[in-house]
Amino acid sequence: MNHNIIYSINGPVVTVRDSKDFSMQEMVLVGKKRLVGEVISISDSITTIQVYESTTGLRPGEPVEPTGSPICATLAPGILSNIFDGIQRPLQEMEALSGAFISEGGDISALDREKKWEVTLAVKPGDTVKGGQVFASCPETSLITHKALVHPELSGTVTWCAPDGSYNIDAPLVKLTDGEGKEHTLTLTQKWPIRTPRPVADRMPITRPLVTGQRVIDTLFPIAKGGTAAVPGGFGTGKTMTQHQLAKWCDADIIVYIGCGERGNEMTQVLEEFSSLVDPKSGKALTDRTVLIANTSNMPVAAREASIYTGITLAEYYRDMGYHVAIMADSTSRWAEALREISGRLEEMPAEEGFPAYLPSRLSGFYERAGYMDTLCGAEGSVTIIGAVSPQGSDFSEPVTQNTKRFVRCFWALDKSLAYARHYPAINWINSYSEYMDELRLWYKENVDPTFTRKRQRLVSLLHEEEKLMEIVKLIGSDVLPDDQKLVIETCRVIRVGFLQQNAYHKDDTYVPMEKQLRMMDVILYLYDKAKELVSRGAPISSILETGLFDLLIKMKYDIPNDKPEMFDEYRREIELNLAKVYIPEGQGAAQPEI
Amino acid sequence: MSVQFVGLKEINGPLVVLDHVQDASFEEMVHLELEDGTIRDGRIVSLEGDKAVIQVFEGTTGLSLTNTRTRLLGHPMEMALSPEVLGRVFSGSGKPIDGLGEVFAEVHRDINGQPINPVSRTYPRNYIHTGISSIDALMTLIRGQKLPIFSGSGMDHNKLAIQIVSQAQITKDGKEDPDSKFCVVFAAMGVKNDVADHFRASFEKNGVMKNVVMFLNLSNDPIIERILTPRCALTVAEYLAFEQDMHVLVILTDMTSYAEALREFSSSKGEIPGRKGYPGYLYSDLASLYERAGIINGHSGSVTQIPILTMPNDDITHPVPDLTGYITEGQIVLDRSLDLMGIYPPVSVLPSLSRLMKDGIGEGYTREDHSAVANQLFACYAKVQDARSLASVIGEEELSPIDKEYLRFGQKFESHFLGQGEDESRTIDQTLDLGWSLLSMLPMEELDRVDKEMLEKHYDPEKAKMFKG
Repeated sequence: MNHNIIYSINGPVVTVRDSKDFSMQEMVLVGKKRLVGEVISISDSITTIQVYESTTGLRPGEPVEPTGSPICATLAPGILSNIFDGIQRPLQEMEALSGAFISEGGDISALDREKKWEVTLAVKPGDTVKGGQVFASCPETSLITHKALVHPELSGTVTWCAPDGSYNIDAPLVKLTDGEGKEHTLTLTQKWPIRTPRPVADRMPITRPLVTGQRVIDTLFPIAKGGTAAVPGGFGTGKTMTQHQLAKWCDADIIVYIGCGERGNEMTQVLEEFSSLVDPKSGKALTDRTVLIANTSNMPVAAREASIYTGITLAEYYRDMGYHVAIMADSTSRWAEALREISGRLEEMPAEEGFPAYLPSRLSGFYERAGYMDTLCGAEGSVTIIGAVSPQGSDFSEPVTQNTKRFVRCFWALDKSLAYARHYPAINWINSYSEYMDELRLWYKENVDPTFTRKRQRLVSLLHEEEKLMEIVKLIGSDVLPDDQKLVIETCRVIRVGFLQQNAYHKDDTYVPMEKQLRMMDVILYLYDKAKELVSRGAPISSILETGLFDLLIKMKYDIPNDKPEMFDEYRREIELNLAKVYIPEGQGAAQPEI
Repeated sequence: MSVQFVGLKEINGPLVVLDHVQDASFEEMVHLELEDGTIRDGRIVSLEGDKAVIQVFEGTTGLSLTNTRTRLLGHPMEMALSPEVLGRVFSGSGKPIDGLGEVFAEVHRDINGQPINPVSRTYPRNYIHTGISSIDALMTLIRGQKLPIFSGSGMDHNKLAIQIVSQAQITKDGKEDPDSKFCVVFAAMGVKNDVADHFRASFEKNGVMKNVVMFLNLSNDPIIERILTPRCALTVAEYLAFEQDMHVLVILTDMTSYAEALREFSSSKGEIPGRKGYPGYLYSDLASLYERAGIINGHSGSVTQIPILTMPNDDITHPVPDLTGYITEGQIVLDRSLDLMGIYPPVSVLPSLSRLMKDGIGEGYTREDHSAVANQLFACYAKVQDARSLASVIGEEELSPIDKEYLRFGQKFESHFLGQGEDESRTIDQTLDLGWSLLSMLPMEELDRVDKEMLEKHYDPEKAKMFKG
């Protein structure tokens, strides 16, 4: 009866001949082991399927079964603090099922169907409900209340309601009749195709930053809630470390961490670290607000391609409840390579460096799913995407980096030479940029300090000036520079080592509140201004350096605890006191270069 | 199982095509029997209807369209395993070549392995002592880690590999841990005949052969075998680690030859090439090897990998080192100019890195001051490079006194810390003390990565005097 049988097998790509039963991007079950696959092209004679699992042992002639729907994410309570593979199979359950090594064909439900949740209904019979509206809620973790939403494509009048109580994710909670008189039953669960963005009421302008506690990001290159950022860097430059820091400290409500084609040990580290770390704001375990999607580099390549979409669908679902969600995708290059690999198997005409010609449109499709939204339930929510990029050969001109650059507005370029000098985070302050500064100006003015953006600009200008001076220093050494330029170099040393460099392993320095960032910046600029004045009055730079103030400021990130901003006033006094002692030779107008 | 197919449809390089095949499965093993009774192994690499493409491991020389009979074996490529594999020598495709007969198999395992569930992994924390100062102190090898050596043609990576195999041990409180079983799986891919002999002879000379499993695929052996070599080796390693509870160090050399074999094979299949002609799936393929390192919850064994690769033209951005670096947890880079200066092992400190090191050193593992010394040595050596580049422009004479001191430090660091004899094994205490002695050459104020207490305890200019003159 079933004439849909495997015709050919080549790696993860399987074809079926002479079938008209399949639709594009439909999920199919392949072979006797029922491996999960997806239809990726259909022609008159051949239907091509990519299989999300290892195809070893598959035979031509085995059945292929259509499921009638595209690959969907299962959305219900139980997603948070869970860890999934690229097609939302729970890895912990899989371990229980098949041991430490992942075997294929495990037919397993994405979420726990037994567990009961304390549900409170929010509608009553007779109410009219729209798609995306909240009809019930239940506490999901200690931090997050899960709001059950009416499927976005449904609306109608409620005819029946279950009483409040504990239910599993399959229990009927609400019955409603739609405009055509058809009855629908709502449970805590809904399915959503991972490649389709979930609808929203409206896209809103960007106004708030995603505060990360990392100085180089918050102060120099901020990212907005609902924004997009790319972190490109060769291996060993600290991409993953930066992503981990953001996942730990940024002020989003929920973190979706996608380990896409990365190392297994790294995912274990994330798991271990996040469950032992405590969220500084709530005092609860970080895992209570985190979803992990782990598709390590040796897991099937097609599932790697899907993992990005699974991740963003989960993020959009929580956004629709009115949460601010941040996605860390590590790394989007691996995802692009998965596209290339599958494209190669399909013998498509390659564009740049073997990547398929549709790479840019796939990338923009992904990044455009970020945004600050007015959701269907009337709340505000956002999805922020931070994608790591691993450029081949550390060459930022390769296609993935270049195309990503076109679709993100924040670019944190990681620098190999900074990483070699163990300057972390190795974000290069010359090549990086953030286009959000203008939109966030008002927020900084109202919430941090009116002078914040001005001070930031001075910092950027100083660093830029140093860059130019360093060109000269590299050629002829720093001795020949006039004193005011030497002062710029010394100040920038303080900015680089004392401000931009941040120690992720230090208990205070790993997360720095905005106020301390401001005060640090303030005190550095204060020293610069005072010292500059002295230099212009003829004081030699060497005697200013002898005060040890510059080294004092370099260490202030460790010496001043985060909760004692008042100590900065002492530092200002110290600067004033020490600089007052600096001897100014008489009759000197301006500084003379030493010979 | 016993169905035989007579004849072939097509022969192309290492691939043959068989027609009218019934019931073949993807990646199934086959036997090709020639008229003279010799049997060659093959594997199905692609299936289309009743046509099967088979790669022949021993090459297709002498095959014709009529003189073979093909038999499907009904299972993917497997490796026969038992604890007896220790001390044995195998060919690249896992056949014993030491004349001691077949391995009496306890179990058979699919050589492709299966990915370790990230949930089941234990995060690697303890280290393997190699006795080589630069590695132990600055890029510590952690059990369960994959840490490649990036070398170039003509450099001493083979010597280094032999030294690591001979000296590596599991230590506890600074001494060899008697409770841990340790062994080495050594896979040579595309090595020259005399190099292979040298490996074997050195292991025997150093008396470590009984703890080594060797896989030898020589450079004139068929490339298909080379693609199987690391997989066989890692299957043995996983068996020893997770079923026999041993700590296994896997050395894979040379991964560049492996990648070239993969490229050759891919182009003979007519696949669309990616960067520099390597197949688009090179990353996934390398990952399927490297990711087999690790520790699994509930097992006391571990698989640690040191893949060695030669960077073509010393180019670290070449696809093989580049993709390797993205998968592995750090890298040890060898440097040609150090090599020319006669420093062995010529480890280039700054681009080298061990990502897992931070959690596997310090108190309880190595010594409490380890990370401080390592950071300080890195930082000081980075300044040496700055001073050197300045000196090359303005001349050494014009340097400031402190820069001159850095130059001296750099020289001694390279000759005494990096450099060591090929039979010299230093304990972790010796290595770290040596690091302190070298740091003591510099003024105390310069050591800004170390906290005061530690500095007072270990900083001793007296010790630095041995480097004077």
